Amino acid sequence: MNYIPHTESEIKEMLKVIGVASVEDLFKHIPGELRPKSFNIPEGKSEFEVVEYLKLLSRKNATSLVDFVGGGFYDHYIPSAVDALACRSEFYTAYTPYQPECSQGWLQAIYEYQTVICELTGLDVSNASLYDGGTALYEAAMMAVRLTGRKKIIVDSGVSLIYRTMLYSYTSNLSIEFVETPVVHGQSCREDIYKHLDDHTAAVIVQNPNFFGAVDDFSDIVERVHKSGALAIASVYPVSLGLLKSPGEMGVDIATGEGQSLGIPLSFGGPYLGFIAVKKEHMRQLPGRIVGVTVDKDNKRGFVLTLQAREQHIRRERATSNICSNEALCALRALIYTSLLGKSGFQELARLNYQKAEFAKTTLDKVSGVKVKRSAPTFNEFTICLPKNADEVVYRMINKGFACGFPLGRFYKGLDNYLLVAVTEKRTKEEIVQFANSLEAALCN
Amino acid sequence: MTVADNLLYTKDHEWAKIDGDKATMGITDFAQHSLGDITFIDLPKPGAKVKQSEWCATVESVKAASDIYAPLSGEVLKANTQLTDHPELVNKSAYEAGWFAVIKIADLGEKNKLMNSTQYKEYIQGLSK
Amino acid sequence: MQLIFEKSRPGRKGFALPEIDVPITAGLAKEYCRKDAASLPEVSELDVVRHFSNLSRLNFSVDTNFYPLGSCTMKYNPKFTEEVAAMEGFSALHPLLPQLLGGGMLAQGSLEVLYNTERLLSEITGMSAFTTQPLAGAHGELTGVMLIAAYHKYNGERRKHIIIPDSSHGTNPASAAIAGYNVVVIPTDKEGCLDMQAYKQALNRETAAVMLTCPDTLGFFNPKIKEIADLAHGVGALMYYDGANLNAILGKCRPGDIGFDVIHLNLHKTFATPHGGGGPGAGPVGVCEKLVDFLPISRVVRRADGTFALDYHKHKSIGYIAPFYGNFGVILKAYAYILALGKSGLIEVSENAVLSANYCLARLKDYYAPAYGKSCMHECVLSAARQLEQGVHALDIAKYLIDKGFHPPTIYFPMIVKEAMMIEPTETESKETLDAFIEVMIEAASLAKTNPEALHLAPLSMPVKRLDETKAAREPNLRWQPK
Repeated sequence: MNYIPHTESEIKEMLKVIGVASVEDLFKHIPGELRPKSFNIPEGKSEFEVVEYLKLLSRKNATSLVDFVGGGFYDHYIPSAVDALACRSEFYTAYTPYQPECSQGWLQAIYEYQTVICELTGLDVSNASLYDGGTALYEAAMMAVRLTGRKKIIVDSGVSLIYRTMLYSYTSNLSIEFVETPVVHGQSCREDIYKHLDDHTAAVIVQNPNFFGAVDDFSDIVERVHKSGALAIASVYPVSLGLLKSPGEMGVDIATGEGQSLGIPLSFGGPYLGFIAVKKEHMRQLPGRIVGVTVDKDNKRGFVLTLQAREQHIRRERATSNICSNEALCALRALIYTSLLGKSGFQELARLNYQKAEFAKTTLDKVSGVKVKRSAPTFNEFTICLPKNADEVVYRMINKGFACGFPLGRFYKGLDNYLLVAVTEKRTKEEIVQFANSLEAALCN
Repeated sequence: MTVADNLLYTKDHEWAKIDGDKATMGITDFAQHSLGDITFIDLPKPGAKVKQSEWCATVESVKAASDIYAPLSGEVLKANTQLTDHPELVNKSAYEAGWFAVIKIADLGEKNKLMNSTQYKEYIQGLSK
Repeated sequence: MQLIFEKSRPGRKGFALPEIDVPITAGLAKEYCRKDAASLPEVSELDVVRHFSNLSRLNFSVDTNFYPLGSCTMKYNPKFTEEVAAMEGFSALHPLLPQLLGGGMLAQGSLEVLYNTERLLSEITGMSAFTTQPLAGAHGELTGVMLIAAYHKYNGERRKHIIIPDSSHGTNPASAAIAGYNVVVIPTDKEGCLDMQAYKQALNRETAAVMLTCPDTLGFFNPKIKEIADLAHGVGALMYYDGANLNAILGKCRPGDIGFDVIHLNLHKTFATPHGGGGPGAGPVGVCEKLVDFLPISRVVRRADGTFALDYHKHKSIGYIAPFYGNFGVILKAYAYILALGKSGLIEVSENAVLSANYCLARLKDYYAPAYGKSCMHECVLSAARQLEQGVHALDIAKYLIDKGFHPPTIYFPMIVKEAMMIEPTETESKETLDAFIEVMIEAASLAKTNPEALHLAPLSMPVKRLDETKAAREPNLRWQPK
């Protein structure tokens, strides 16, 4: 199947109009020595055959494990209406709204999404989305460098190692100095941050909740950061913003994060949703697309892409970023999801996550040998210390039907016995109790 | 396309008004016309050092961003902050209300590299052909 | 149409969460909690469904309209790929699972998809290996430039600039600059190809790479492409291929065979994954043998027993470009597409894409000046310069097309052509669709002479007329505000 409608006679007609004898004539300027040296692609199959083959492959993935793994990506329930609406083909087979008159659906949706992100983060301006939370954090760091003209960035090691690695990978060709500060008793060590904070610092980057699940109020750090003329950047977990103090309330300049939790499937790593929101005064340094309101010739309200002079198609090598597109469909899902949950539903969702995790903590407290880390408050993810290597415990728990958590030793030296456990609204009381029982058994032998 | 008589001009369509050791700068009517509706101006910052013919500001319209070059070298004394909220002043009054910045001139001799109004008029006429 | 926020009524709910089944504790200390709830909409599920259903109908899309947006390859997106991506085995898999001990065995299906796709893309393009990590085309460009930088750094070379034609897409110089390189721009000559003299002058031992697309953004296959590659290699520079135009040469020519060292593909263009209103896409990057070791980690490897695993031990790797393995959901759709089309199907794609574009060019060249007077490949660039004499711009032609139910071609790109209109019909459009589009273009050309005002007023049939973009930029209003 190749989805090409042209019949033999139509091809003949078109060739006649063009004035060549055959389709090959249209390629005759490609010299013989540049023709493919090989093209060993298997011949095409019917839709039925491809679907069946891929169905078999999908069954080689294990998705029946009870999921207690988080690490920045969470197993939340996605209401059916999200799929039903986001999969409408007028949304997903459209492209960038460069011609606003025939793209008002998309433009209005993105304007609404931008509003949602501002409401969640407590900041003034959001863009139309970025690829994921990691690239969003990198863009935020670059914004800070551009805005301050400084080249040193302090990064709290509670920020996900995945995002820190991405940050360093992207900037390895630029002369930016990174200083990592430790997490002490689960939270950001103020002393170390202030020790490094000076007038060469462009930004301080923190995460809430941090990778250990610990919750914090960074208002004090933000104040000091501002005193030294630097910017405060926070990477945040959107579902937690139904309960936790928002970055805007803390005085943070740029908030970024991963929007996967807002109605986007885990999908083995992507597509995801990077969000970024800033204070009004930083608006013109925002990367990516932005939608704004305006009026048409009849004074009717309409939406357009705006502030385009920041972007690559105009500024080229002086653009704020090279990003051309956004994750529109994922942003739409997030918008539909938050619209369905609504103001009170989103708060309830956050509370549910929090309470289930608290229950898991008290239940796990009772498992002999397990120590739940309580030096800092948590949201829906927390750290436990096991009497043996966490990797091995995880392996045993897989055989008992649980993806029981993420072994922190994989990302942090010396934490080989520590496990990061996430509990979302999808985890029932029974599952949590069974989890604790299975863990007890797994620790026995 | 108006050209003000008492100013000096660059090939990149900036103007300079010299007053002792200070120069006010801006862009010409020709420039604002070709840029279209101006939406934002990234002005030089007071205290910044600028060099003749080198980038000192950027003008944005809906579909373009144009670099503006300093007509003379020196230190920026002040910038026209009115333009932040009213960039359209440059479209409406390129030589007066739409001034960009005042520079303390480093080398008065540099003005010899600029065109006078007659020369600039000829220059833009040549461009339009 | 009202905003979803404007439809809110306090107390309305759109979704019911399960009742809490665990004991309720005291809650977090106040200092960690937000003061006021986010002002999210308060609407019923029906409100939400009606709102977004109606919003969707305000869009033109490939599924509803001809969409000849040049450089974007808006071809038909086969529906079965949506079904595949939604399979629970694929969509519910947590990306951290293979990073658990024994976890690789939990993701064999997805790892096989990634492995096979990398191999297929390598064979289609003549490259040695691929990474599926880049999350979009521009992201792939940045990855490619980072690979180039890592290669030169490893070889102890300090290269300073990247050569880019003036007809290039804006992401090319932007990506180069962001990776820390200067950009040297080469003009296009009278024939619509890279100016060879200027190129040779700019090329030296400080050149890190040359970024090109083939066919170029004007739709032409540069006959000197091999010479350009050989010259670059001669000074130790690398050749970067922007895969945006791959639809023109599938099965006819492979960038690896021409001599390109690094390439990126746009799965949402050539490989028919949906554009989604702007994303998600995917921009996998392919490399020649000498760059394989620098690819981002992790790499999917196949063990002797046939099972798949992730390899993180590549000390020359540039690190992580994405949090995990790329936009898996998008890659999966492209994989399904390649399996369905197969060898002959892929070749027929380029044949019919080039046929359709040349048909449009042949029928329209008497009405709109072609940018350069010769046949094109999968897209043609016309100019509305002739119409400008009557005061009609490419923008006006575009708005008229909207009234007639066609999404306009790309306008004002490439920037080197005055009043450019770039038409890329793709291979999935029928002859009668092309003919209908051509008729309207001819009509517009005629109106430009007889009644230009009609074009200036367009569009008249859409929910909004022409919008005040100046106002939007001068008075930015980027979010709804609660009262």
